[in-house]
Amino acid sequence: MQQLNLLLTSLPDGILLGFVFGLAAMGLALIWGVMNVINLSHGPIIALGMFGTFISFIRLGIHPYLGMVIVAILGLLLGVVIYFVAVNRVINAPHLSSLLATFSVNMIIIGIGTAVFTTSPYNVDFNMGSFKIGSTTILGTRLIAALIAILFTAGLYLFLYKTTPGKFIRAVTNNRAAAELMGVPSTRILALSFGLGTMLAAVSGALIATFFPFSILSGTSYELKSFVIGVLGGLGNPIGALIGGLILGVLEGIIPAFLETSWVPVIEFALFVVILLVRPTGIFGVKR
Amino acid sequence: MKRGHRWLGILLPLLVVAGLLLYPVITDNESNRETSFTILKAIALASSLNILLGYTGYVSFGHIVFYGFGGYVGIYVVNELGWSIWAGLLVGGLASGLLAFLLGKAILRLRGAYFALATIGVNEAMKAFANNFDLFGGPIGMVLNFSVYKPYGGAAQALSMTFFILAGLTFAALIISHLVRTSKFGLSLQAIRENEDAAEVMGVVTPDAKTWAYVLSAIIPGMVGVLFFFKNGHVEPPLAFPLHASIELLVMVMLGGQGTVLGPILGAFAYQGMRGYLVTSDFFKDIQLSVSGVLLLLIVLFIPAGAVGWFRHRIPSLRRVLA
Repeated sequence: MQQLNLLLTSLPDGILLGFVFGLAAMGLALIWGVMNVINLSHGPIIALGMFGTFISFIRLGIHPYLGMVIVAILGLLLGVVIYFVAVNRVINAPHLSSLLATFSVNMIIIGIGTAVFTTSPYNVDFNMGSFKIGSTTILGTRLIAALIAILFTAGLYLFLYKTTPGKFIRAVTNNRAAAELMGVPSTRILALSFGLGTMLAAVSGALIATFFPFSILSGTSYELKSFVIGVLGGLGNPIGALIGGLILGVLEGIIPAFLETSWVPVIEFALFVVILLVRPTGIFGVKR
Repeated sequence: MKRGHRWLGILLPLLVVAGLLLYPVITDNESNRETSFTILKAIALASSLNILLGYTGYVSFGHIVFYGFGGYVGIYVVNELGWSIWAGLLVGGLASGLLAFLLGKAILRLRGAYFALATIGVNEAMKAFANNFDLFGGPIGMVLNFSVYKPYGGAAQALSMTFFILAGLTFAALIISHLVRTSKFGLSLQAIRENEDAAEVMGVVTPDAKTWAYVLSAIIPGMVGVLFFFKNGHVEPPLAFPLHASIELLVMVMLGGQGTVLGPILGAFAYQGMRGYLVTSDFFKDIQLSVSGVLLLLIVLFIPAGAVGWFRHRIPSLRRVLA
């Protein structure tokens, strides 16, 4: 009975967080799907998103959800810059090159971030109230964050399937050489995809900052979560990432009811390795 | 390849390590010994990683897992079971080798970035596991009992002894690296690196070759782990499985030149030297990570073959000496 109660309190939280984690993983999956690059600068960009919320709300007094729009635009631009500086030259090189290139961006961002913000934790004191369903309390910030994550997913879906640049992105994902022959400007499309991927990471960071304390280093743990989610939902499948995020969120909600919380990462990463082995295309991934 | 030339390539690497070994002995200075220790440790780890990364072409992002796991097992038998450090080294190395063998059977089926991701997952899973495993002390880890240093003539003597053992391990790592490079086994690894499917068609039993490469690249790091934590006096999960240390090793191998014996040595030297300078300089100390990042980016973008590869390409007459 006690376990059931615990489950009832932790599961809804887990699900709501799952949407936000899913949004972050979507950025990773989009970049992987389009250009076969695992973006190791994903974590620091999430952290930058968090500081985006901090600066806009605490320093400039802009409402966090309005500030998020600015974070999204800046995230898009940052992604395009990172693409042209670090990724474009190694896009056809072996995997090691793009992994190390994006990791060097990771180091650069963390280095500058540490110099500017130090590594001490920050907190955005922001409250949207809460409400109760039975014995379960749901925080307003988390509910809104989940809704925004769903909104972004829907937006990405519409963008990919209904607009010309979106169709170009899907064409490049499918077969870059063929897309180029059809007149798709592939370099620009790759840069746009990278920008969209970092935008999603930055926005998820901005959302997480509204309910968790953070530091410049906290992006790393969300980056690792994104890997797990990406593999669950199928790397290269942005929409599957949201479902992967939900699965992770549910797991994080269920496991603490039966085991100590510190076992959560053991199970997550073990699951991650097993899924990579059994179905590297993910649970929902189609074989390409 | 002529018989004499076969050993020419290993000459320079061995001289460098011998120099690192003699430098603190001649100057009789403990701070120099610490510097040498750090560089030797980096050389041993980077050279081991090079067997997998440079020769076989598999990118392991979590290679430090062998260092941490071997270290944990070794320290456990030394501290809790009261075995000698020699037995601890042996057990730690074997434990890492066994872990690599079992892991290799599973994750070496993955290729490219999937393998890289899986190695990150393995490292994080192992770190989280050590955090929860009571036999290994959970999140607190294990603190070495002071009495374990006694048989070696006290702590100071034991510390100086670890330095010489480490030098021995580094020599061993280089000789393994050289033997693999010049053997038929090494040739099959390089064939896998260039084109795994073609290698298989030509008769290389790729799963076996890859697994043995993985095991060979894991044993020395396991032993170095035991030695380091023995010297350090305690072991805890973040110290044993730091993901960034794995990536530093990758940087060293890339910097010096992957797939060569000398490359990881140069890389370890250059990286540790640069890091030592940046951390202590007033101007760079806050932003040292960014400077390292920019440097890494420049290497990846413009000289992906590393220093040794670049020299070999530019000055053909050096090809015999720089292996």
